[in-house]
Amino acid sequence: MTTLPMERETPFDPPGKLLDLAARAPIHRMTYTDGHLGWLVTGHALGRAVLAHPDFTSSPKDLHPPVPGREKVFGGGSDFLTPPGFFIRMDPPEHTRFRKLLTGQFTVRRMQRLEPRITEITEQVLDAMRPPADLVEDFALPIPSLVICELLGVPYEDRDSFQDDTRVIVNLESEAEEIFAAGGRLQAYFADLVARKRAEPDDALISGLLELDDEDLVGVALLLLVAGHETTANMLGLGTYALLTNPDQLAVMRERPSVVDGAVEELLRYLSIIHLGPFRVATADVSIGGQTIKKGDSVTISTSAANFDPARFPDPARLDLTRQATGHLSFGHGIHQCLGQQLARIEMRIAFPALLRRFPELRLACDPAEVPMRSHMSIYGVHRLPVTW
Amino acid sequence: MKVNADRSVCIGAGMCALTAPAVFDQDDDEGLVVLLTEEIPDDRHEVVCRAVTLCPSGALSLENDPSS
Repeated sequence: MTTLPMERETPFDPPGKLLDLAARAPIHRMTYTDGHLGWLVTGHALGRAVLAHPDFTSSPKDLHPPVPGREKVFGGGSDFLTPPGFFIRMDPPEHTRFRKLLTGQFTVRRMQRLEPRITEITEQVLDAMRPPADLVEDFALPIPSLVICELLGVPYEDRDSFQDDTRVIVNLESEAEEIFAAGGRLQAYFADLVARKRAEPDDALISGLLELDDEDLVGVALLLLVAGHETTANMLGLGTYALLTNPDQLAVMRERPSVVDGAVEELLRYLSIIHLGPFRVATADVSIGGQTIKKGDSVTISTSAANFDPARFPDPARLDLTRQATGHLSFGHGIHQCLGQQLARIEMRIAFPALLRRFPELRLACDPAEVPMRSHMSIYGVHRLPVTW
Repeated sequence: MKVNADRSVCIGAGMCALTAPAVFDQDDDEGLVVLLTEEIPDDRHEVVCRAVTLCPSGALSLENDPSS
């Protein structure tokens, strides 16, 4: 029996206690913070099986709190995590209705058509950088923010009103009241934006969804915006830190364009920025991995542990940009697998090599041990990355 | 080898079109899987098997031709 191990000993490896557990079995009893005896899945194959299984709900309504400090946000009848339009917390057929409205907007081909524009945005962001710089503020955050704002039709000038509130919501140390207030402000911002789109539609994605009612559209827009910048931003920040502290791998990324696509998959696997969850609740008794998960049990699937499962990825603690890393669970699995994953891939495939080409002398401007890590954020990464060149 | 794609199960993640673009595509409206060919030539077996494994929704399946 265990609680969810969260303390890391090094910036990149999952918590040692988590890997110790994972070495013993792929599934474990886990005590949730309210005393509920649920489950923790650490194995790759079993994680995939749970995420693809129809007898688990994604609704957090009955989820017991897996991490301390979130007791008022998870479960207990709180509807904070399930505003209208938040399809990642829905099950079929409701989920299907929203997902199908959006999948056509995020196809491989449609994302490839954005490549020239993403390259242009990346080059402009690089043009504006001066040493010394904070790579997060000056590179990792602006690129995906600019891209998703343009795609959705959200004015980039308004970013202060959503970036700060997003940070409050993903901070595990925020008080529940602060989280609810930040969520309320984001809802209000998007309610106003949706009203403006109704009055004056443009060619961007939100205006293409005006068939939805206002409440649903606000939720969808909010979800896409938050999911669209906070995640890729942390991959770019944490990924650059990983490359700068693994010079041989940095050389691979810079000098071998043919491996960039695979290198991005390996960074996704190795870094697992979704380091808490995903979470599910069983809606029926499910026999899986030699255990019976009872109806109502909460299940935490550890993406980091699954991505470090040596049965699937040999020598998992080694960052090897040339390995076959596809099949990682960083975008999830099952019907909720990341809608924007093809966009995220293209952003990273463009941004990492562009950064390393532009600044061949790029290096950390601080002691590597002093880089402030996002250990207590629900999306892992670096808070800041001081660099120079 | 033959591959089947069930569009009623597909969730448009695009893993197949990304992994084996010569065999799988996505339609422009819903982004759901479109098979470009059902019969898979020998030199594409491996990449198609990978695409089937990577599919998050279980929409893809393989059918071995008994004569081969």
